Amino acid sequence: MSNEAVVHAHGAVTTHEGHGDHHHEHHHHETFITKYVFSQDHKMIAKQFLITGMVWAVLGGLMSVLFRLQLGYPDATFPWLEDILGKWAKGGRITPEAYYALVTTHGTVLVFFVLTAGLSGTFANFLIPLQVGARDMASPFMNMLSYWFFFAASIVMLSSMFVETGPFSGGWTAYPPLSALGDASPGSKIGMDMWLISMALFVVSSLLGGLNYIATVLNMRTKGMSMTRMPLTIWALFFTAVLGVLSFPVLFSGFILLIFDRNFGTSFYLSDIFINGVGALPNEGGSAILYQHLFWFLGHPEVYIILLPAMGMVSEILSVNSRKPIFGYMAMIGSLFAIAILAFLVWAHHMFVTGLNPFLGSIFVLLTLLIAVPSAIKVFNWLTTLWRGNIRFTPGMMFAIGFVSLFISGGLTGIWLGNSALDIHLHDTYFVIAHFHIVMGVASMFGMFAGIYHWFPKMYGRYLNNTMGYIHFWVTIAGAYLIFWPMHYEGLAGMPRRYYDYSIWESFKQFAELNRFISTVAMIVFAVQLLFLFNFFYSIFKGRKVTTLNPWGATTLEWTTPIKPGHGNWVGEIPEVHRWAYDYGKDGKEFIAQTTPVGADESHH
Amino acid sequence: MMTSATTNEPKRIHPHKFTMWVAMGSIVMAFAGLTSAYIVKKNQSSWLEFDLPIVFWYSTVVILVSSLTMYLATKAFKAREMGRYRTLMTVTAALGLLFIILQYMGFNDLEARSIALVGPKSNSAASFLFVITGLHMVHVLGGVIALLVMFIRAYSSKVKSYSSIPVEVAGTYWHFVDILWIYLFIFYNWIG
Repeated sequence: MSNEAVVHAHGAVTTHEGHGDHHHEHHHHETFITKYVFSQDHKMIAKQFLITGMVWAVLGGLMSVLFRLQLGYPDATFPWLEDILGKWAKGGRITPEAYYALVTTHGTVLVFFVLTAGLSGTFANFLIPLQVGARDMASPFMNMLSYWFFFAASIVMLSSMFVETGPFSGGWTAYPPLSALGDASPGSKIGMDMWLISMALFVVSSLLGGLNYIATVLNMRTKGMSMTRMPLTIWALFFTAVLGVLSFPVLFSGFILLIFDRNFGTSFYLSDIFINGVGALPNEGGSAILYQHLFWFLGHPEVYIILLPAMGMVSEILSVNSRKPIFGYMAMIGSLFAIAILAFLVWAHHMFVTGLNPFLGSIFVLLTLLIAVPSAIKVFNWLTTLWRGNIRFTPGMMFAIGFVSLFISGGLTGIWLGNSALDIHLHDTYFVIAHFHIVMGVASMFGMFAGIYHWFPKMYGRYLNNTMGYIHFWVTIAGAYLIFWPMHYEGLAGMPRRYYDYSIWESFKQFAELNRFISTVAMIVFAVQLLFLFNFFYSIFKGRKVTTLNPWGATTLEWTTPIKPGHGNWVGEIPEVHRWAYDYGKDGKEFIAQTTPVGADESHH
Repeated sequence: MMTSATTNEPKRIHPHKFTMWVAMGSIVMAFAGLTSAYIVKKNQSSWLEFDLPIVFWYSTVVILVSSLTMYLATKAFKAREMGRYRTLMTVTAALGLLFIILQYMGFNDLEARSIALVGPKSNSAASFLFVITGLHMVHVLGGVIALLVMFIRAYSSKVKSYSSIPVEVAGTYWHFVDILWIYLFIFYNWIG
């Protein structure tokens, strides 16, 4: 099945009728709607995912600034808060309900909308066809649907913030009974219904996208692009898609049962509940733990859905900017594979203190700690790739190195938390917050930034401003450590997460200044992200223009396309691939593109 | 380090067919999640034991027959016997609808025996049966809609399609929901 034929197959729905090899020599009239809105071009869809993700990142980040304001200054009042939040900040102080709503929405939005849709939605769409040598995705139409389902999910989630009883406020994991009973809290009413609708739409979006990514990687590679010649970005995005396709349906099942408990009086998750003001509920025989199993069966793979794309892009960017082949290419694929398998076998480590059988717990401890092996392989390979490299410290490269640093720092505390005995003390404390924000949250954000800085020239034909990039990098990495490192100490001292005001607790009073410090840094880091946003949008229109096809001297296929590729990516035939993606510094040549045929005099191949 | 596997072997699976296979894997995971939850729940307290509706046996036969007609429809399409193809597609879609109706009768049968499927008096044993079977019915309904779209396409004079890919993809899906039901039927009766 050639790529051309697939484009033909979609002739009826795209504005591009099939023209065989003359694909891009003349355009049919492309309206604003088909080019920018209901586009089926994977590059445009990638940009739509990216910019929607950025909007959510700003909103989600702003939420964290607001609740950090409460945590840092629990006694202060800010009249302007009442101006923007109204009754949610009566007297200039965020109410407890609003605080929980902010924490919950911050989590949901950052995990799903920014780091899943914004990260893999952007880069899987953008890089897969370009780096495997395809005109577009296996199904451009489904790809478009994937974005619009995400958009609909976004609208519903956004609307939930404006309903009278507020958005859902029972934590991003949406554990029942808080999520199942409308009477349980204000946020559990219509806000939770909208949360569920939004997440259902989001799951559909992820599945449509994931199916496409898998089919494209396996079926649409250009001539010569065997699986083991693919750049590691593609391997990582491929495993990400596999994880999503296999784990999101299970979350969906959990949601269906939750919807029945909420709306149709069933008792899947509910048993023996008494609500103040309502009385005893008739529900009997349900198990709230059942939801946790279904949720974390997605929830754990989800953290790798977030992390793997960052890992893949970082591998590629480190190699390109060290001017060296990636160290241990096959080991990198093997460790990605191992992580993908183990991701499905460790979910109960989120549930050590639910009364889980300790024997079962010990098995999950073992499987969890096993993840350290492939993770360490990856870290050592990144470090050895950097070793004696001719490193170019571009902003993309800085963020890639920052990712490695954060991944090590956050990964080490994972070994603590994976231990079921230690988890009794650390569960639901700031230690957990610190761990997952560093290893999954900030690290993946760094992967995303690295990707944006590195591929921006391909996306928009212009460069991002370097000076602003360096400021962005240094403030963000310093800020990330200053925010999350102290949280480890708070967590070790037993400070629980999700509390509204720590100053009234004798044990946690001592952290008042530390909390204020963290909040201050959080605001500074947020401000620097606005600088990045300015850089991004300014550079789209006014950035320095890209004048060469291959500005980074990279070997991969995306740099063989025109500076501003049209729908179909290559003018004329898709190039053939003759070698792997990492021929840097070979036989005295700085780099050899994948499209260069193997010469007779090459040292090894 | 580098293998030189050829990527252009002539017999490569069509991307749409492949996508359908991955999608089926995805659906399998949803039902695996639900049936595992069923097993977990069954081993906890207050699980109601009851006999399955007899009509589920009939619906099983109906969906098996519909798979056969779907198979014959695909064969007819490939042989370009469009009349036969259209008839068989109609029969398949009708059998799909009949299946859904029979399942619905099964639910009514349970309600008649005062086994509540939903609501405050329901036991999760019956609720699980309802949710899992209901989700499967939605998947069958999706298949029926796909068949209807293809049926209309076969009549349309504007679109003349000689590609058997859409028919094959729809057929694969149809057999899949059939097998999925057989699994659920066996699961309810003998495993769960």
